[in-house]
Amino acid sequence: MTPDLGPAYAVIRRGLVLTILGIVGVGVVMLLAIQFTPVEARQGLAQKIFYIHVPSATVTLWIAMPLTGLASCLYLWLHDLRFDRFAAVSAEVASVFCLVVLTTGPIWAKPIWGTWWTWDGRLTLTLFLFFLLLGYHTLRAAVRDPVERGRFSAVISIMGVVLVPFIHLSVYLWRGLHPQPIVMKPSAPSLPPEMLRTLLIGIAVFILMYAGMVTLRYGIQLVRDVREAADAA
Amino acid sequence: MPSADPPLVEARGLARRYGAVRALAGVDLTLRRGEVLLVLGPNGAGKSTLLRSLAGLLRPTAGTVAIDGRLLTREDPDARRPIGLLSHQSLLYDELTLMENLVLAGTLYDLPDPPALARAALAAQGLAQRADDRPRSLSRGMQQRAAIARALLHDPALLLLDEPFTGLDAVAGDRLRELLREHCTEGRGMVIVTHHAGEAWELATRVGVLLQGRWAFESPRPSDMAEFHRTYQELARG
Amino acid sequence: MGRMLRLVFAIAGKDIRLELRTRTSLLSAAVFAALMLVVFNFARDPTAVATLDLAPSVLWVTVSFASVVAMNRAFTVERENAAFDGLLLAPVSRELLYVGKYLANLAFVLVVEAITLPLFVLFFNLDLGGAFPPLVLTLLLATAGFVAVGTLFSAMVAKTRFAELMLPILLLPFMVPPLIYAVKVTVPLLARRPLSEVIPGLNFLAVYDVVFLTLAILLFPAVVDE
Repeated sequence: MTPDLGPAYAVIRRGLVLTILGIVGVGVVMLLAIQFTPVEARQGLAQKIFYIHVPSATVTLWIAMPLTGLASCLYLWLHDLRFDRFAAVSAEVASVFCLVVLTTGPIWAKPIWGTWWTWDGRLTLTLFLFFLLLGYHTLRAAVRDPVERGRFSAVISIMGVVLVPFIHLSVYLWRGLHPQPIVMKPSAPSLPPEMLRTLLIGIAVFILMYAGMVTLRYGIQLVRDVREAADAA
Repeated sequence: MPSADPPLVEARGLARRYGAVRALAGVDLTLRRGEVLLVLGPNGAGKSTLLRSLAGLLRPTAGTVAIDGRLLTREDPDARRPIGLLSHQSLLYDELTLMENLVLAGTLYDLPDPPALARAALAAQGLAQRADDRPRSLSRGMQQRAAIARALLHDPALLLLDEPFTGLDAVAGDRLRELLREHCTEGRGMVIVTHHAGEAWELATRVGVLLQGRWAFESPRPSDMAEFHRTYQELARG
Repeated sequence: MGRMLRLVFAIAGKDIRLELRTRTSLLSAAVFAALMLVVFNFARDPTAVATLDLAPSVLWVTVSFASVVAMNRAFTVERENAAFDGLLLAPVSRELLYVGKYLANLAFVLVVEAITLPLFVLFFNLDLGGAFPPLVLTLLLATAGFVAVGTLFSAMVAKTRFAELMLPILLLPFMVPPLIYAVKVTVPLLARRPLSEVIPGLNFLAVYDVVFLTLAILLFPAVVDE
């Protein structure tokens, strides 16, 4: 029996469009960063990567993780596997964004501080987030039954989302710093309007990327699930 | 004449999915006190899934189960009180003695004086001498009797049995049949899942055949077992 | 209330009795802890790093790893026995099942710590004096926290193929905040700083415990109910 994949393919198309727009957006942001934004006095050209680094971290922390947690709660409450599918996909995209943060971090750090890795608050928090997400994916891979996998994933994701503020606090305590707002206060004492503008555009672009990649990946997973259901019937 | 009391078991529209696989696809079941339902079917028909759903161990993806008028839900643990289970895996801990296993069960069911009841239950199964032994040191037949002692400890109104005759020799099988005959009185009901109708035919008041998660046949026990066998073979062949 | 306590102690008692009979995980955990302490001792250069700087980290890392070993046992026992069905069948709420398991796990880990702490004091030549009670309190608070998470997770991973490996993978991020705060409290304690300095850290540990114990109790039914 050939399943009706039309709606799923429509989702993939939509996702593809959004993602391509997002990639274009990233290009625009880099252009803005290099051409139209003042060079930061102390850090020079390397600081430009800040406009990729910070938006990735922001979107991961404030959009991807909360949405994953919310979808998990909804799955536990309503038992609708669509929420589990969304949570898993959102977690995957969050992992990718974490990797972006973890690679742009050292690229930024090396020219400026001379080391590849700094145990700075944002980087360390992202590292732990990445480990949490790895644990999430590992658990999903180890459970065969989709209903059970959905339940277990939801439990781990809810626990993980609640853990994040605790890690945030303990990391800053360990570094002896006061917790700082991650987004609006970078190393520069104050942010000139052009920098702020580029940063905000960067965040908007990454939100677009998140939406695009989640939609795209959701569509792909939907195709797989529909095919599997048709095979089993 | 229908009684005003709710039936012992009332299951409606039971469905259970494992991903894309439908283990149960809409099963209704009504069991009154004093009835014994025999559930047959090929492997993978959904028999164990049905039994576990009736025991409250599986939450169905659709449908409800009510025991003595009380819906089985997570919020109401007490609804499970009248249920006893005899599975092909014993519910006993290997490293605890029979007494310890039964005293634990007695405590879990809030029974008064669990040690005395445990001793009595073991004695009733002829296991008084082995009360301080662990399950692994017992023969299969004795392990089954220990499992029965545990299952009947809290005098469950509904006894669910999952292929209880598996691995038992003729003597042990007869003994089990005799015991079940005694147990099944006016106030109690049983659901027996089995592979061979002959094993529990005399005990049954109703017979059902499960195929691919649905009843292919469900009625009061036919008088002619051989005839039923033919029907069953045809159904199983598809 | 009396009924709840009776049930919880029956469940916890069963697990403790089982562990005493088989004695596998407690022994492994204790040996593991002792081994780690010995290795740490040999691995450091006594002239380079002051003992008091290193000691708290060593203690807490040892305790964390040994705890994971001890906790793994809790649900594999149930799985091996298929006896967990017996617990699920009974008219006992899932939350009470969790609390029983939690208390048993807590007892196991505290025993491992009771063995580790004296060895730690011995190997590192520490003079604790008045710092001993607050140190024990810190140990209790930190342990209560990650055992809460560990009990929940071990129920999940017991059903998966690589249970022994999965538990540490999932649990370690959750051990980091209690670990950091425990170390942050232990350092001033060993340096005989006044108690008032460590109160904020102890408060944090207590908050962590309350939050995650509550969350674990709320989420446990979702894990064990199929």
